[in-house]
Amino acid sequence: VSTPDPQGGVSDALHDPTTKDSRGGQDYPSSEGAQDFPLETYVLSVNGRELLVDDAWVGESLLYVLRERLGQPGSKNACEQGECGSCSVLMDGALVASCCVLAADAIGSAITTVEGLTGEGELSDVQRAFIEQGAVQCGFCIPGMIVALTDLLDRSPAASELEMREAISGNLCRCTGYGRIFAAFRQVQEERDRARA
Amino acid sequence: VSVIARPASLEDALDALDALPNAQLLAGGTDFMVEVNFGHRRPPAVVALRRVPELHGYEIRADEVDLGAGVTWTIVERELAGELPALAAAARTVGSPQMRNAATIGGNLGTASPAGDGLPVLLAADASLVLASRHGERTVPMAEFVTGVKRTVLQPGEIITRVRVPRLSGPQEFLKVGTRNAMVISICCAALLVDRVGRTVRMGLGSVAPTPVRAPEAESFIAAEIDWKALSAPAQSVVRFGELVRDAVRPITDHRGTAAYRSRAVQVIATRALERSLV
Repeated sequence: VSTPDPQGGVSDALHDPTTKDSRGGQDYPSSEGAQDFPLETYVLSVNGRELLVDDAWVGESLLYVLRERLGQPGSKNACEQGECGSCSVLMDGALVASCCVLAADAIGSAITTVEGLTGEGELSDVQRAFIEQGAVQCGFCIPGMIVALTDLLDRSPAASELEMREAISGNLCRCTGYGRIFAAFRQVQEERDRARA
Repeated sequence: VSVIARPASLEDALDALDALPNAQLLAGGTDFMVEVNFGHRRPPAVVALRRVPELHGYEIRADEVDLGAGVTWTIVERELAGELPALAAAARTVGSPQMRNAATIGGNLGTASPAGDGLPVLLAADASLVLASRHGERTVPMAEFVTGVKRTVLQPGEIITRVRVPRLSGPQEFLKVGTRNAMVISICCAALLVDRVGRTVRMGLGSVAPTPVRAPEAESFIAAEIDWKALSAPAQSVVRFGELVRDAVRPITDHRGTAAYRSRAVQVIATRALERSLV
């Protein structure tokens, strides 16, 4: 477990990836450093429920709080610098990288994670299309892809191929080559078109 | 005292900064959170600005657009392409859709990265910034705002509230060099704004010096070469313009590119931006 520098700075140990918090992700100070790294208690609105975040370090990202404190591990933790999109969530309807949102500043916003796109045990049309098109290989990027494409399909139902590519330009997939992800997107568009007709 | 303040007015924000003098100002968080996530920063306190209404929205006036510092790149990209074409084009190249939904123009200015994509456009546009503090407001020209790598004239207790961008009549271009079209930090970028009324050409350059820079010699050279009625210029003058732009920059070698590559690339994109702007 990492320990805070008594000077209030960042100890060398915190830069060493081998000392990373065993839960993965951000290095978090232990609770003994409460005066250097003050704690906050607040409530976040996640998937329609008000959830208490108790005694959390003020610097924690929304991603960390969702995964490690609120039992919502669908948003994935990979780059922690907004590059990969695997932690994508909707915040007041806007697609954001939850690793780059300060959780303590997300108070008052409606947060929707991949878990909240449908009811428990149900699949959305986007999720089903991913399965049917074989768009999932290792699966790590898929929650972010699903949230990003759900956002686009809801916002812009007739989005073109280029708009779709731009919409997931911040979501990296290293397995599939994207082709089947694109096919899943087109399947949902066609299904929704038929449903409207 | 709470270590995070979430003021809902500018007055409360300035009070919070007064009460928490070491506080980090937080806008979209897309730069700040990366530093926190990697353990490079452990801020003792945060003043979060996203609820401050004085930083929201924009107003399109006859001669300028008055942008709130809290306006996101998504809003600039989607809503202001008509009034501020180069800024909207730059907005579209900032990070990813996820980043653009969170990141703000005020955050881009406050971070003042040499690679901040909005900064060369604001510099070329002769934008001015409104900075508020408990002592009142002051207006700072963009040309004086950034003083070095991630350094600005913003004083403790001050908050960027508005960004005033003059509207120009004429073509505008923004070009950026990176390893892909999306989600990339620029190796170099160039904003070219033509003012047909004032008969000036403004060239703003990013990632080629500690601060965003202009290319004054290249600008005055090409302004004298352009046939302003036809909006055309001799081919050799366009080439010369690119050379003068190249000579105006002081790039460094880093993990994104070498100084030599940046000099060459900035010459190419400056020339291309001019070619696209002329008839």
